[in-house]
This record gives sequence, C-alpha cells and structure tokens, in this order.
Amino acid sequence: MVRFVVRRLLISIPVLFAIVFLVFAVARILPGDPCVATLGERATPAQCQQFIRRFGLDKPIPDQFAIYLQDISRGNLGTSIQTRQSVTELIVERLPTTIELSFLALVFAIAVGIPLGIVSAYRRNSVADVGSMVFANIGFSVPVFVLGYGLAFIFAVLLRGTPLALPPSGRLSSGVEVLPLVEVWNLETLTGPARSLLDFISGMYIPTSLITFQWEGLIDSFRHLILPAVALGTIPLAIIARITRSSLLDVMGLDYIRTARAKGLRERLVLIRHGLRNAILPVVTIIGLQVGLLLGGAILTETVFNLAGVGKTVFDAIEARDYAVIQGFTLIIALGFLLVNLIVDVLYAYVDPRVKLA
Amino acid sequence: MTATAEPLTGAETLALGRESALWRTTLSRLLRQRSALVGLVLLVFFAFVAVFAPLISGYDPERPLIGIETDVRAVAPPCIHLLGCPADRSEHLMGIDSNVRDVFSRVVWGTRISLTVGFVTVGFAIVIGALIGAVAGYFGGYIDNVLMRLMDILLVFPALILAILIVTVLGRGLTNAMLAIGLVAIPVYARIMRASVLSVKEQDYVTASRALGASAYGILFKRVIPNALTPIVVAGTLGIGGAVLDIAALSFIGLGAQVPTPEWGSMIGLERNRVFAAPHLLFFPGIALTLTVLAFNLVGDGLRDALDPRLSR
Repeated sequence: MVRFVVRRLLISIPVLFAIVFLVFAVARILPGDPCVATLGERATPAQCQQFIRRFGLDKPIPDQFAIYLQDISRGNLGTSIQTRQSVTELIVERLPTTIELSFLALVFAIAVGIPLGIVSAYRRNSVADVGSMVFANIGFSVPVFVLGYGLAFIFAVLLRGTPLALPPSGRLSSGVEVLPLVEVWNLETLTGPARSLLDFISGMYIPTSLITFQWEGLIDSFRHLILPAVALGTIPLAIIARITRSSLLDVMGLDYIRTARAKGLRERLVLIRHGLRNAILPVVTIIGLQVGLLLGGAILTETVFNLAGVGKTVFDAIEARDYAVIQGFTLIIALGFLLVNLIVDVLYAYVDPRVKLA
Repeated sequence: MTATAEPLTGAETLALGRESALWRTTLSRLLRQRSALVGLVLLVFFAFVAVFAPLISGYDPERPLIGIETDVRAVAPPCIHLLGCPADRSEHLMGIDSNVRDVFSRVVWGTRISLTVGFVTVGFAIVIGALIGAVAGYFGGYIDNVLMRLMDILLVFPALILAILIVTVLGRGLTNAMLAIGLVAIPVYARIMRASVLSVKEQDYVTASRALGASAYGILFKRVIPNALTPIVVAGTLGIGGAVLDIAALSFIGLGAQVPTPEWGSMIGLERNRVFAAPHLLFFPGIALTLTVLAFNLVGDGLRDALDPRLSR
C-alpha cells in the first residue's frame, strides 16, 4: 500500500510542474494591459512604468517564471493588483465557502444518488425505476444556473412566508454572524500559519459554528447553502444514480450472487454484502471525477446565489486582468483536483486490492 | 441521425455492405427504445424550429420593438390571446425582455445557435481528438507517450475552468467559446480513439494489408480509422449535450455569445437580476436549453445501448 501511494505521488510531480507552467503561461499571454486595467484609462506612462517595475512585469518572461517558482515554493502567490491583498490571504478568505458548498453538494449527490440507483436496480423496470431514471435524465440535462434560479424562485418567492422558504442569496442573513475561532477561543494574539489555518477553518461557517456551539449561526449558514448545494449537486447526483444502477445490475447477475442466494442468505445481506460491495468500485471512480465538475459548476452557482467563493473571485479577477489572482486560484483549483484524484486512486486501491498489482 | 452516414465514407464495397447493415440494425434498435424515441422526436422538433426560425419567430430577435409597435413596455409578461390577453394588443407568447425585444423570437432563434454550436464544437473536438488518438494508438512508442501525456495535462484541469482560461486568452465571443469547449473536449476523444485503434490494429485484415505492402498512413486511414469509429461516434453524440450546456454556461457568465445575439445562456445571464420580478425572462430560455440538452443525451444513450447490446437494460 505504501509503495503504491509513493509511486502515485511520484507520477504526480511532472503533472504538477506542467500545471504550474501552464497557469503561468496563460496568465502571461492574457490580452490587455494590467496597468491600464488597474490604474484606469487616465494613468500616465510614468505611473505605469512605476507600477510595472513594482510588480516585476518588466523582467524577461523566463526570469518572471523563475521568480514565480521561487515565490510559490515559499507559499507566496503574489499580490492582487485590484485589492492589494496577498493572494494567499484572498484564498484563505474565499476558498472555505467553495469547499463548504462543493462538499455539501457532493454529500447531497451521494446520499440521494446511491440509494436511488440501488432502488432502481433492485426493482428493475418498476415504476420506481422508470421514475428515478427519468428524474436522473432530466437532472443530468438541466444547467446549474437554470436549476439555481428555478429553485431560488420556488423557495424564495412562491413559498415566501411558509416554513419551507429558503434564502436565495448570500452566506448569512443580515444581523446573524459566526464568530471566528480565534475570537471564540481568545487567541487573537496568534500569528503565522496557525492563525491562517484557524482563519481558514473559521471561513467554513457550518463546522465553525458547530464546534463553537453557535446554534443560530449554524442553522442560518446551513439554510443559506441548501439551495446552492442542491443546484450544484443535481448533475453529479444523476450521474451517480445511473452508474450505481448499471453497476449493481451487472453484479447482481453474477454467479456468486446466485450462490449467496442458494445458500439461504437473507436478501438484504446478498444485496449489501455481495452486491453493493462489488458494485461500488465504478461508483467511487465516478464520484472522484465529479469533483472537477463541481469546481466548474461552483463558478456558476456562486454567481447565481451571490456567494463570495473561489469561482466568483476568479471571474472578477479575469474582468480586471488580475494576473496574480488568476494564477493563484487556478493553481489552487488544479492542485485540489490533483489531490482529490490522488485520494480517489488510493481509496480505489484500498477497496479493490487488484489495482495495487497493476 | 446524420451520424449514421459517417463511417461509410472510407470503407470499400465489401465493408460497405456490412457497415450499412450494422447501422440499419442500430437504427431499428434505437427506435425501439422509448427514451431514445422521445429524444429523437425532441431533436426533430428543435431542428424544425431552427430551420424555420425566420418564419416562426415573427419579430427580429435582435431589434427592440420601440417604434415598431405602439404600447410596448419593457419586461412585460407574456400576452396570449387565448389566455385572456386583450385582442387589441399584439401577441407576445413569452413576453418582452428588458431591452423591449420579443422573447419568443429570441428563444426560437436561439435554437439555431445552440444546435449549430453543439454540432460544430463536438465535430471539431472529434476530428482533432480522433487524429491524435489514432496516431498515438497506431504508431505507439514515444509518439504515443508524448501525445497522451499532453492530453493528461489538459485533463488535470476541471473542464469549465480551463475553458474560462482559454476564452480569457482568446477574448470573449461565441466563436472563441466554441473553440475553448472544443479544445477542452479533445483529450476525451483522443483517449477513446486510441483505445479503439489499439484493438483494431491487431485484427487480421490490418496484418493482411501490411503484408500486401500498404503504407502505414494508407493502413491507418483506410483500414484502421474507419473501423475504429463506432465508439467515438457514440461518445460524440453524448458529448453534444454537454457542449451545448458548457457554451451556454460560458455565455451566462458573459464570456460566450455577446449582446444582442439571441443565445439562451446569455439571455439568462442578462436578465438574471430580474429572476424575482420577471421570471418568464429566465424560464423560457432555461426550458429550451434543458430540453435540447436532454434530447441529445437521450439519443446518445440510446445510440450507445443500440450499438452495444450488452449495455442495454
């Protein structure tokens, strides 16, 4: 197992390097002048020169790349030209929302998708099966932003005033706040990476309010994420349900299932211990693949529901040609994606020992 | 489906008879599936709307109605005579958008854009992807290694994020958005084609051609590629829905089709702040978009099941 993980990590290194280079290159060939974009159309050439020197934009491209590599190895991702904030700071501030949103969406997709697939496969061609698959087909085809606005309209307008009403935008209601961990635990003098880590966790309102018993904040922040998570999770849900169904159908037709039944095992055990255990492999792979889809969809979802996450930040940065932010965030997204794929591969090797031998 | 004609092109007479029989059985299997039939009917309907858009729409999709019609109001709800709209007012089946344009006409013309965009984007990705995959699979060795590692790097990025990066470099617009979505899809088709070519090139008829002294490129283009096309045609049909969806998403965030082009995604993006006041402005293009994507997905699924009966259930 250790050897497998090490080998898998080694394979990731060239890919990692390629990602860094690609991100760097793309941000360099962006059209438009970052000076004019930042200082405005009326910036004088002298102001621009000073600006370009300050951000190292006058050095040759290879030098810029060398500086870039050096910087990221020290965790320095540059400074946003727009807000003058360091990109690392911006990531600490914005990434938690996206993680919370994507995680909740994935939980929703798995928690509904797998049971739906199981029922569908087990009661093949029944009303439940046909119904779930029609639902899955539609869910797979509806764009995140269409579903998002549809849900927002239903739950914020049509159901306004009923207990089912849900907030259609933002992360918290006005007047409600979730105190950061450093404040709750009286650690405000803390600095350095530990502080960043705590601030990062504090950005995720649901876990923070949960471990610090801020019940009002917990309920409010959860309610604000329900609609976005459902909108974002529906396409993965449909995919997971379909894969679970077809995989389980494959497995349930095999000889060892007949053997298990023949030896008098209860049907539920046949389904769970023999059927599901073997059918879950392709589902794990598919779940891993959904993470890329979720990150792309997060941009749309964050726009629809006005959430200040990674997606919205990248979009704003593109508008302003904020090189450092585009680079930093794309890098983080690609790294996150790489990491998740790594975890999925390791998980896969754990569930299916044959993989390790390959 | 037009796709059925594709693999015939390179094949010779003997192969032709066999191939067309395969496609005829495929079509009849396809028509026997209820969901695929629903998809086909929807597709035919949208194709009809796209072709006859100028006759159906009634208004110019890009020009405001100011000065053309009296008593028009921006963001007016649908006015349908059958449903009690006063007869002295002109009919607007889907209402008026915030730039005083007829929404129905825009949705109708949007069909043309979405269908074209879907076919062209996937066509582009398939041609490039299939070539890369075929060359990699057929020649193997370091060519295979270099090409496929390049594809792997493209696959490391979440598709929509990479597409956004590409459009940022190329500049906004529908053509660039199509190019970006096409580029992002290439690795998928390259991988499928490579796998397919790897199995085809071991067939006896390929060895026979080689023994007869045919050139490597001759074998690749006349024997291998035509016989390795089936999986990629299926993947392509399934991919069109996704391409339509992704381009609408790019247009929604303002990177794809630009105003006043009647593209469904950009229509939704432009009116997104009116979702509560005038939901019809988002609802109709949203439904059209969903149904189009659904149609392509249903037909794609059906085609896959029809070509590979082991999968159909």
